[in-house]
Amino acid sequence: MNKVMSNKWMIAFYIMPALLMVAFLIFIPLGLSAYYGLMEWDGIGAMEFIGMENYITAIQDAAFWDSALHSFLLAVFSTLSLIVYLAISMILASKIKGADILRKIYLIPMLLSSVAIAQLWIKVFNPANGMLNRALMWLGVENPPAWLANPDIVLYAIFVPILWQYAGFYILIYYAALKNIPESLIEAAKIDGATPIQIAYRIKLPLIKGIVKVTVVLAIVGSLKYFDLIYVMTNGGPNGASEVMASYMYKLAFSTNEFGYGSAIGFLLLIITLIVTVIVRKLTEDKENIQY
Amino acid sequence: MKKKAFSLLVLLFSVSMILAACSGGSGDGEASNGDDKVIDFMHLWPEGSSAEHNRIVQEIVDDYESENEGVSVNIEVLSNEQYKDKIKVLSTSDELPDVGMTWPAGYLEPYVEAEKFAPLDDTLEGEFGDSFVAGTTSAYEVDGSTYGLPLELNVATVFYNQAIFDEYGLEKPETYEEFQNVVDTLKENDVAPIALGNKDRWTGSMWYMYMADRIGGTDLLTEAINQDTSFEDPALIEAADKTQQLAQSDAFVNGFNGLSDQEAKSMFMNEQAAMYLIATWDLPNYTTNEDVPQEFRDSVGYFKFPTVNGEGDRESFVGGPGVGLFVAENSDVKEESKDFVKFFAEQWGEKSVTEAGVIPATKVDAESLDLPQMYVDVLDDLNNATNLTLFADVQMSPEAAEVHLSQIQALFGGNVTPKEFAEAHQEALSQE
Repeated sequence: MNKVMSNKWMIAFYIMPALLMVAFLIFIPLGLSAYYGLMEWDGIGAMEFIGMENYITAIQDAAFWDSALHSFLLAVFSTLSLIVYLAISMILASKIKGADILRKIYLIPMLLSSVAIAQLWIKVFNPANGMLNRALMWLGVENPPAWLANPDIVLYAIFVPILWQYAGFYILIYYAALKNIPESLIEAAKIDGATPIQIAYRIKLPLIKGIVKVTVVLAIVGSLKYFDLIYVMTNGGPNGASEVMASYMYKLAFSTNEFGYGSAIGFLLLIITLIVTVIVRKLTEDKENIQY
Repeated sequence: MKKKAFSLLVLLFSVSMILAACSGGSGDGEASNGDDKVIDFMHLWPEGSSAEHNRIVQEIVDDYESENEGVSVNIEVLSNEQYKDKIKVLSTSDELPDVGMTWPAGYLEPYVEAEKFAPLDDTLEGEFGDSFVAGTTSAYEVDGSTYGLPLELNVATVFYNQAIFDEYGLEKPETYEEFQNVVDTLKENDVAPIALGNKDRWTGSMWYMYMADRIGGTDLLTEAINQDTSFEDPALIEAADKTQQLAQSDAFVNGFNGLSDQEAKSMFMNEQAAMYLIATWDLPNYTTNEDVPQEFRDSVGYFKFPTVNGEGDRESFVGGPGVGLFVAENSDVKEESKDFVKFFAEQWGEKSVTEAGVIPATKVDAESLDLPQMYVDVLDDLNNATNLTLFADVQMSPEAAEVHLSQIQALFGGNVTPKEFAEAHQEALSQE
């Protein structure tokens, strides 16, 4: 076996299937979308080469930057929500009663498909019959807001199910990481007289720092390219108030038949996400690597 | 030895993966047996959501196959949105089905310009062409040739709940003042006057279109869309203003800009709102659909959009043909396909109205068929109609339609002034 694996040709051969798949499914379409971005194309007829015009239009397109702003807001909120998830995981990991069942409950939203979640929350947010407004009216609120219709609040309303959807995922990751911390370290700290807060902040957090970094990148990248719930629940409306980059791209390519422009936006989305990822990695970089 | 066998196995596995990945694209459309000619036919009525439509299609296809030895029809069904996406992708790779469904005007044009659809002028010659209701085939016309055979005809009317109207002593309004009075009375009694799901935006567009039709006359909006006149016409601005005032006066259900048409419909059908402007594709819900309580169906009536400022022609309708059949230009069974779409459109007429409650685009004799009264009334109205204005978002090119639809949502939400609304339209339309 070792002999086989030391043969360079063999290594190349084994990598081939995965490489081909990644190339065909990801890299080639990526290149194509950058290429389509250079075209004036309705997605049906003939293409016409127009150089960088689509990219220039995109950079001057206020609607695109609005959608980008909304995507970044989502990224900020998802990153902040990680703090809450981390706190929940710490509580769950500290051997409280029913931790196991709670952990499973938190995971449920992850098991639902996005469209099902969207339908569920459309019903929750329904201005007249929704669970939320019924509850508010019962509590005596006279005119509860129309959550998905008011341009000022629709974006924040729709963030709630998006964050809720991924809570279980991050809690699961943090929980697993926290469970990996050797019990002896915690006990040593206790013997030295550390309070639970100190243990959490000085021992547990540094030890799972690597994982936290990964989740921050995941949350930011996931937010920037987010699409599903927005598409189903508001389709970017009303009047673009909940548009994000990915839904704007979809709208251009498939509703308005501006396939070339949509591709350009798609490619910009990739570049923005790449830049942000690099920045985040740089900011969270540190040479110290704690081992246990 | 064992290790060798293992690596061999891994090798075999990876090779088979590559082969599997490469063989995906080819091999479709060859499911025929022998020398049969196969017409690939894609439609958008899945069994689940459109059971009757689906059954009628199957019946017609079966009839066609039994009448035409050696020709078989291969059906593929997708739901509406998936259908639109798939057709687009297929046309990019020149793999359109031989026969499929299209929408008129703005949707159709890019396909015609790219020469993806075949002209059907020779099919429409003679008696067959005359069997369509006037103005329906012309919606599928580009540069003098017709590229689709319309199947449905939908006109928008205001449906209302007679039981709620009776409770407050209201009557069908004929003028806008009467209409306003109905709205005010309902509001005073804490009944939501009008169900509107403006997340979908074409729903609000119909309100604006009727305002424009009544205030500016039957041809003004179409002329503005074709840029024969400016969209900044005072009448079109006034129509926007009236629409906005209506929206701002709580005439529509709370949060209408965030509701889908489905949700608005369910509010109307659960008697939470008294009126609902929708096209005649909804007729089965108010007549024959057994899933809807009989009591509700009996209490629903409809009225034609009222006159505004004492002006306007109440016999002028907003509407248009829905889906139609196209034949692909690069089809290798083009003649058979043309024959099939003709057969289909002929059979569809009576079958669709009696069995699925569709108002077909071909003329039907309402008297000779056993139809609910509301159908007879609608067919009657259509016979007396003076004008049919095609849905604005259908008339416009996709780019302009997107501007129109988002402006509609903004107008209803009070985010733009009527003047800005008209300016945005003018800018989008003049760019074409």
